[in-house]
Amino acid sequence: MAEAVRAAPWQGGWGWISGGTIGAMLVRRIALGLVTLLLVSLVVFGATQLLPGDVAVAILGRTATPARVAALRAALHLDRSPMAQYGLWLLGLFQGNLGRSLVTNTPVAQDIAGRLHNSAILVSLTAIISLPIAVVAGIAAAHRHDKATDHALSAVALSLSALPEFVVGIALIVLSSLVIPHWLPMVSLVRPGHSPLETPRILVLPLLTLTLIVFPYVFRMMRGSMIDVLESDYIEMARLKGVARHRLLLVHALPSALPPTIQAIALTLAYLAGGIVVVEYVFGYTGIGAGIVQAVVSRDLPEIQDFTLILAGIYVLLNIVADTCTLALTPKLRTGRR
Amino acid sequence: MGSLFAKTMAKPAAGLGAAKPTSAGIAVRQLTINTTDGGVPIVRGISFTVAPGSILGLVGESGSGKTTAGLALLGYARSGLKIAGGSVSIGGVSMLDLPERELVAMRGREITYVPQDPATALHPGLRLRTQMAECLRQPSGAREQALHGMLQDVGLPDPARILASYPHELSGGQQQRIAIAMAFAAKPQAIVMDEPTTALDVTTQTRVLQLVRALAQQHRTAVVYVSHDLAVIASLADQVAVMYSGEIVESGTAAQVIGRRLHPYTHALLRAVPDPDRALWLEGLPGQAPDPAQRPPGCVFAPRCGLAEPACTTQSPDPVLAEPDHMVRCFRAGSLHIAAPRLLPAVPRPAQPVSPLLRLTAVQAWHGRKVLHDIALDIAPGRATAIVGESGSGKTTLVRCIAGLHSAWTGEIALAGQPLATKAKARPLEQLRRIQYVFQNPYASLNPRQTIGQSLLVAARHLRRGERISRNETLAVLASVGLPAAVIDALPGQLSGGQRQRAAIARGLICQPELLICDEVTSALDVSIQATVIELLTRLQAERGLTILFVAHNIGLVRSLAQDIVVMQAGQLVESGETQTVLSAPIAAETIRLMRSAPRFGAAAQDEFHDGAALDASGMEAKPLRG
Repeated sequence: MAEAVRAAPWQGGWGWISGGTIGAMLVRRIALGLVTLLLVSLVVFGATQLLPGDVAVAILGRTATPARVAALRAALHLDRSPMAQYGLWLLGLFQGNLGRSLVTNTPVAQDIAGRLHNSAILVSLTAIISLPIAVVAGIAAAHRHDKATDHALSAVALSLSALPEFVVGIALIVLSSLVIPHWLPMVSLVRPGHSPLETPRILVLPLLTLTLIVFPYVFRMMRGSMIDVLESDYIEMARLKGVARHRLLLVHALPSALPPTIQAIALTLAYLAGGIVVVEYVFGYTGIGAGIVQAVVSRDLPEIQDFTLILAGIYVLLNIVADTCTLALTPKLRTGRR
Repeated sequence: MGSLFAKTMAKPAAGLGAAKPTSAGIAVRQLTINTTDGGVPIVRGISFTVAPGSILGLVGESGSGKTTAGLALLGYARSGLKIAGGSVSIGGVSMLDLPERELVAMRGREITYVPQDPATALHPGLRLRTQMAECLRQPSGAREQALHGMLQDVGLPDPARILASYPHELSGGQQQRIAIAMAFAAKPQAIVMDEPTTALDVTTQTRVLQLVRALAQQHRTAVVYVSHDLAVIASLADQVAVMYSGEIVESGTAAQVIGRRLHPYTHALLRAVPDPDRALWLEGLPGQAPDPAQRPPGCVFAPRCGLAEPACTTQSPDPVLAEPDHMVRCFRAGSLHIAAPRLLPAVPRPAQPVSPLLRLTAVQAWHGRKVLHDIALDIAPGRATAIVGESGSGKTTLVRCIAGLHSAWTGEIALAGQPLATKAKARPLEQLRRIQYVFQNPYASLNPRQTIGQSLLVAARHLRRGERISRNETLAVLASVGLPAAVIDALPGQLSGGQRQRAAIARGLICQPELLICDEVTSALDVSIQATVIELLTRLQAERGLTILFVAHNIGLVRSLAQDIVVMQAGQLVESGETQTVLSAPIAAETIRLMRSAPRFGAAAQDEFHDGAALDASGMEAKPLRG
C-alpha cells in the first residue's frame, strides 16, 4: 500500500525544478556542484592559510633581506587581509587567471594544462580499455553464477584487488624486462610541451597497471548488481516468457544492473584523475597526482589551491554525468506515478 | 535467420504429430520436484490433466508446493530446486524432455505464465510496448495492430498511452490486466496463473476473474489457477485439486470438491472462508504444514487432523476414487460430517446511547490532492467497526489520520472527548498508548534484528513510562494472542506469517490500548491463517473490551468480525451502521457493488443473497442512518 509522494499543491511555478525530468535534475545538480566547489575553495584556502611560517620567507630563504621579503609579500598580496586574498584568488579564477607558480614563476595554468592533458589521456585510455572488459566479465560471472567461470574470474579479481598499486606497477616492469627485454621503456617520461601520444610505447605499462587496478572494483560491482537483477521477479518472468538468452541479459537485465556500476565507475575515474600518484611516481609520468605532491612539497600555494579545485571539479562533473546516466536508465525516477 | 526460425518451430510440431491425438491441453504424470541439496521432495508425484478451455484450481496453503508445481509446467524450477521426475505434456509436447533451446521456444508460445504480483514481475525499465511485443508469435508485421488487440481483449482503453507507459505509471489492476493480456497474446495451449488476484481489491478481482474465464473459453486454453483462496477457486475453476505438503490430497470437479468434500483438510480450508451473505463463525486451521525435510510418518495431515486415528500416523493413505473423477487420499474419507456452518451470535447495541470512544468531525485529508472529504463518524467503545471500500477509497488514509501517521489533515478527531493533535509526535504519550496500530504486512512491520520480546518491550517501555514490565507480563501477552512462550526469544524471520501478525498484535496489546487499529491485517495471509487471526481479534474484543477499527476490502471477512461497518468510496463515507443490517440490505450503490463482487461459492449463494436482501428490505426503516 505504498502511497506516492506528490508535490504539495502550494508549490508554485518553480515546481518543475523539483521534478524528475533530466533537465530539472541537471539544473539542480549543476547549481549544487557550484556550491560544492565554492565550499571546497573555502576549505582549501583556509587550509593553506593555516600552514605555519611565512610563505615569502620560505621561498626566499632565511638569508633574504627584509626589503625583498616585503616586495614578494606585496606581489603575492600577502600583505592584504585573508578575505581580500581569497577574493582576489576567486576573482582571478573567474577571469581564467590561475596565478603564477611561486617556485618557477610561470603561470600555473601552463603547468596544469600539460599535466591535465597527460592525466586525461591516461585516464580515458584506461577507461576505454578496462571498463568494457570489467563490465563484460561481470555479466559473464553473474550469468554463470557459482560455476567455474564465476569462481575463476572472482578469484582473479580478488587477488588483484589485494595487491597495492606500486606492486602491480613494479611487477609489470620486472615482467616486461624479463619476457620482452628492451621493448617497453621502464619509465614513461613525457617531454614538456609534447603529448604522450607522440610516443605511445611509454603508455603501455602505466595503462596495463591501471587496467589491472580498476578491473576488480568495477567487475565486482557489475557482478553483484547483475546477480541481484537476475534473481528478480521480472527476470524470472522474462525467462518464463521465453525471452532468448542474449536478449534477456542485454535488454532486460543489463540496463537495470548498470546504475550502481556507473556510480562506481564515476568514482573510480575521479580517483584515477588525482589519486594515481603512486603509479605516476613509479613510471615517472607527469600527471596531476605527481603535480600535487610536488606543489605540496615545495609549498607552492597557488598550485596547491588550483590543483585541488580542479580535482574537486572533476569529481563533481563525473558524478553529474553518472547521475544523468542513472536517471536515463531508471524510468521510475523520471516519471511520477499516475 | 528465416531457416533457423523455421527449424526451431518445426521440432515441437514434429513432436506434436508423434503424440496421441487426445493430447491437447495439459497432462501431468507423477511430477516430482526436489531440493538440489539433500533431495528433499517439495512436490511428490502429482498427476492431473486439464482439457482445452477448462480451468483447474490448484489450492493449498503457503508452502504446499503449489507454485513450484505450477512453474514446473513451464519446465522451470527456481534456484535450489530441480524437477526430479515425472512428465509434463503441453499440447502433446513433453516439456521435461526438451533441450533448453526448444524449451525456451515453448515458453511464451505454447505455455505462458501470469505472475502473482505484476508490480514486481513487469520490467520497471522497459516500456509496455517492448514487453508486450515480446509475447507475440510473429516478431514484426502488424505488430501495432496486434498489441492494440491485446489491450482491447482485456478491456484497457487508450492503447497508445498504455503502450508508451512504464509499468509503475499504471494501477495494480491495470498491471494485472497487462500480465493477463501478455499470457493470452500468443494464443497458447496452456496458461499457469499464480494467484494473480491476490494483490487486487475485490471489485478488480471479480473483473479479472471474469476476464480469465471468458478468454480461456474463447481461445480454448487450458488454465491452471494456483491460489490459497477456495472462494476464488470455487467461483472460477471447473476442476479443483487440493495440495498439502507436496501432494494432491483431494481432486475432482469443483462441485465434488467443494460440495461433497471428503478430505478433512479441504473441509478445514472451506470452514476458514468467510461468506459475504452470512456472519459465519470462522474456524481457523490450527498448527502449520510440516517442514518438507521432516514430514511425519503416515498421513502428512494427521497431526492437524481432528479425525486422525492411530492408523493415520503409521501408514500413508493411497489415493481412492470415491466417485468418478473424485479422488481423495484419506483413510477416514467417509467419516467427515459436514454440519451446517455455525453463525456468529448477534451483539446487541446498548439500550441507551453511550458516548463514543472516538469522534471524527469534518475530517479532510490530502495526499497532494484531497483524498478525504468531510468525514464525520462516531466509534462506539467496545465494538469492532469495519471500514471497507476498494483501494483508493481513502480507508487507510482515514485510520492513518486517527493514528497521527498521516499529518496532512484538518477537522477534529477526539479520543474520549479530548481532541488529538494532527501528528503523532505532538500527542502526549498517554494518548499514543491508548491508540495502537497493527500494520498490513507482518513481514515488514517487525524489526528483523530484534527478538519478539524486545520488540514488545520497546513499545511498552516507551508508552508506559515509569512502569516495570516483567518478562511474565510479556509472556502473558504472547499467550493471549496464542503464541508459545518460546516465541519471546525468536526473531521475526523464524516465525510464519500468521505468527508474525500475532506478534504484531501482541506488540499493540502490551501497551494496554483502548483502540486497536487493524489495517488490512489479514491480506498478506492465507485464508486458513486469516481465520485464526479473526478468531483472535473476536476473542480479544470480548475478553478485554477492546475497541477495534478494522480496515478491509473483504466484505465476507468484515461480516464475521465487525458489529459496525463504514463503507467508503472516493474519500467519502457513503453508508454506515450495524454490519448485519447494512450488508443484508445495502442502500448505497457502492455497498451493493461491493456485495455483488464478493467471491461466493457458486450460484446457489447468489440466489440466497438476493432472497436475503428481499426479506430484509422490510427492516430498512429500523436501520441506523448514515453518518
